[in-house]
Amino acid sequence: MNISLLLAANSIAFGGLLFLLSAGFSLIFGLMRIPNLTHGSLFMLGAYFGVSLIALGVSFWPAAILAALGVAAFGGLVERLLLRRLPGAELAQVLVTLGLSFMIADFSLMWWGGDPISIETPASLRGATFVGGLGFPTYRIAVIVIAVVFAAALWALLDRTRLGAMIRAGVDDPEMARVVGIRVSRLFTIVFCLGAGLAGFAGVIGGPILSVYPGLDQDMLPLALVVVILGGSGSLVGSFVGSFVVGFLYNFGQAMLPELAYVVLFLPMLVVLVVRPEGLFGRAAT
Amino acid sequence: MKALEVQGLDKSFGGLRVTSRVDLAVERGERRLIIGPNGAGKTTLFNLITGELKADRGAIRLFERDITRIPSRRRAHLGLARTYQIITLFPGETLLRNVMLSLLGLSPLRWNPMARLDRQTALLDGARSALARVGLEHLADRPLAQTAYGERRRAEIAMALAQQPKVLLLDEPFAGLSIDERRDVQELLAAIPREVTIVMIEHDMDVALDFAERITVLHFGEIVVEGSRAEVVAHPRTKEIYLGE
Amino acid sequence: MKRLALAIGLVVLATVPFWIGNSYYTNIAAQILLYAVFALGLNVLVGYAGLVSLGHAGLFGIAAYAGALLINAGAGHFAAILGALGVTLVAAAAFAVLSLRGTGLGFVMITVALGQIVWGIAYRWISLTNGDNGVSIATRPAPFGLSLATAPGFYWASLVVFLVSLGAIAVFAASPFGASLRGTRDQPRRMNALGYHVWMIRFLAFLFSGLWSGVAGMLFLYYNQFVSPQVVALTSSAEVLLMVISGGTGTLLGPIAGAALVVIMKNVASGYIERWNFVLGAIFVAIVIFLPEGLVPGSLRFWRWATARLRRRNTRPATAIAPAPQPKERA
Repeated sequence: MNISLLLAANSIAFGGLLFLLSAGFSLIFGLMRIPNLTHGSLFMLGAYFGVSLIALGVSFWPAAILAALGVAAFGGLVERLLLRRLPGAELAQVLVTLGLSFMIADFSLMWWGGDPISIETPASLRGATFVGGLGFPTYRIAVIVIAVVFAAALWALLDRTRLGAMIRAGVDDPEMARVVGIRVSRLFTIVFCLGAGLAGFAGVIGGPILSVYPGLDQDMLPLALVVVILGGSGSLVGSFVGSFVVGFLYNFGQAMLPELAYVVLFLPMLVVLVVRPEGLFGRAAT
Repeated sequence: MKALEVQGLDKSFGGLRVTSRVDLAVERGERRLIIGPNGAGKTTLFNLITGELKADRGAIRLFERDITRIPSRRRAHLGLARTYQIITLFPGETLLRNVMLSLLGLSPLRWNPMARLDRQTALLDGARSALARVGLEHLADRPLAQTAYGERRRAEIAMALAQQPKVLLLDEPFAGLSIDERRDVQELLAAIPREVTIVMIEHDMDVALDFAERITVLHFGEIVVEGSRAEVVAHPRTKEIYLGE
Repeated sequence: MKRLALAIGLVVLATVPFWIGNSYYTNIAAQILLYAVFALGLNVLVGYAGLVSLGHAGLFGIAAYAGALLINAGAGHFAAILGALGVTLVAAAAFAVLSLRGTGLGFVMITVALGQIVWGIAYRWISLTNGDNGVSIATRPAPFGLSLATAPGFYWASLVVFLVSLGAIAVFAASPFGASLRGTRDQPRRMNALGYHVWMIRFLAFLFSGLWSGVAGMLFLYYNQFVSPQVVALTSSAEVLLMVISGGTGTLLGPIAGAALVVIMKNVASGYIERWNFVLGAIFVAIVIFLPEGLVPGSLRFWRWATARLRRRNTRPATAIAPAPQPKERA
């Protein structure tokens, strides 16, 4: 019983991490219609940046923020120099984002080596917190809180600010948005940086739970894809719900049906897609 | 026997009623014009007739045969052809290849994965003659990207004519054409034999009125006026709709 | 002119083991051919149908695993090949029915899911697939008594299979069905209104594409005499997709060039360049920037531009003449 609760807590924490990762992907795809297959690499890059910053003596939280900014800046460069020239060219976008992911993965291998590196849980959050007589790892609870805070912040951004209104307009109807005078190209850069930064931040936050290792990008990207497809692209609520569903499926699947762990994850996604191709919360394709 | 009949056709998108209790009866060989302000539901009506959209309610009959449940792709085989308001030709292909695709759609050859398309003389000849009917034979081997807008509009019509349709639906065939080009299309349409029933949506009154024998006026998805050209032109409701714009 | 080039190409390909000499490189050549078959098969969907699949390694792997399991269960090679291809076609039909429910990214994602499910089964259903340890087979076939155990022998067998697949796909592309398929890529709505059964056309194309992926999978099995879950991983599907895109989806030569690029980088360049993965990624990015339609169309365009410039330079007139009339271009 305790194990189930622990597993549940881990699932929620993992879901929170996935949300930070996939919210960015969902926004980028929803607004710019670019399947950013570099997203997993950005997560990993952020984690590695975090590792280096911490090694230089920066403490955990500033390192996470700086790493996020670094990845956001990198994302901005990628968007301005490469992706901007490819509007609507789906295959070229796939080629370029996958090509970049190869480059990032190999560079990381060279720079940080092939061994997994773990990021230490920040001192203040070590140990367990007791809720109703049961102990849960404090850090995991912190991750959940962070995810919820970010979800609220993103929701506020999208719902309450002008920038958010422009993003939503762009997601709903890019042509109209342009006609109405929204500076679509600048908006794209901002959103891409935001998405990349979130991924990088998630990488560092995830460090104490997942460690950083070559192949982390390939492990995380399919999960982000599942979340976005399940939840519907461009939908924040969808990413939120989808992340926790995937978090649960993944963790419980690994624990209870190791034979069919991946099937447990992808089969529901397949079912949802076949029944409702636009995802749980997405809008039907026109 | 009416060529095309529509009864009680209804279509809504969410809360918006785009087609409302539309009844239409077009005689064989008739030249019917459908007009109405923007958003009146004219193209939607065409989409319902061809089956690209499914009606919520109502029936559609082609030469007395109920085609309401028949999928869109089969209606082409029953003699229904249409052109599109926005040019939807096949980029990267020549005009000849474009029209060949139109012909191929009705031929069992379209399932053949082994024959050489370029050797199918029947298709080639048919395509060339369809292009000739719209005066584009000299551009048969021109890639679509190198043709002018007016030529593409005529190619749209060639695509539909190539199907040797019994009922032809033309969606704004004159849109964006110069005065000379309009004359060319007018002549081309006038030359279509009476075996073909034509229903046209048009915005440009000058050219359209010349063509029309009977006119149906749509407004907010409903038919508001219908009759001969003279009747409709003189009708107070028509003036109200168009002047009240 | 084209026939001459083809004939020369054929002679060159047939004599590869002789002028390469080295069995290591002959094997690389065989690998290029088998991946070329895979890429050509995938291009039927990606290039002609406009449907991007990121799960095709699933079909490739199903063929290889089915073949391996059949052989180890005692089936002869011929029966194993037929059986494997049969299983692959059934799988392709299932893949098609499910993935054609989606369009655009939805289609891609369903193929990812299917590929991952196949991978999950290969990795975890250990009693069936031996999991990470993979399945080996003892021998390569010996058609008509000719041994495929040597590098040249296997190369020639691959060459024959490659030529058959290339021929079949070329015929397919030039056929009415091929034109119908490309029509559904460009204007599916109009194709529907013209009388075509768009879903069925795509479904059949998927089967055709799956067939060649299965053929390539069997070649792979015989080449390595081993199959493991890595074969059906997402990275493998990504790899073959990259072969298709980098080479160019619009021509037959494109997927072949892409296959050569990736195989050479992976197997040959990796010996000389330690950071070959980085270089490969950089090449992909460079292709997008400089040759966006792919290596083959881009190179052809470059070739035409270069020869046109040379020709102009050689025949520059002494006096100015009126410019030639331009064809009417309008967007």
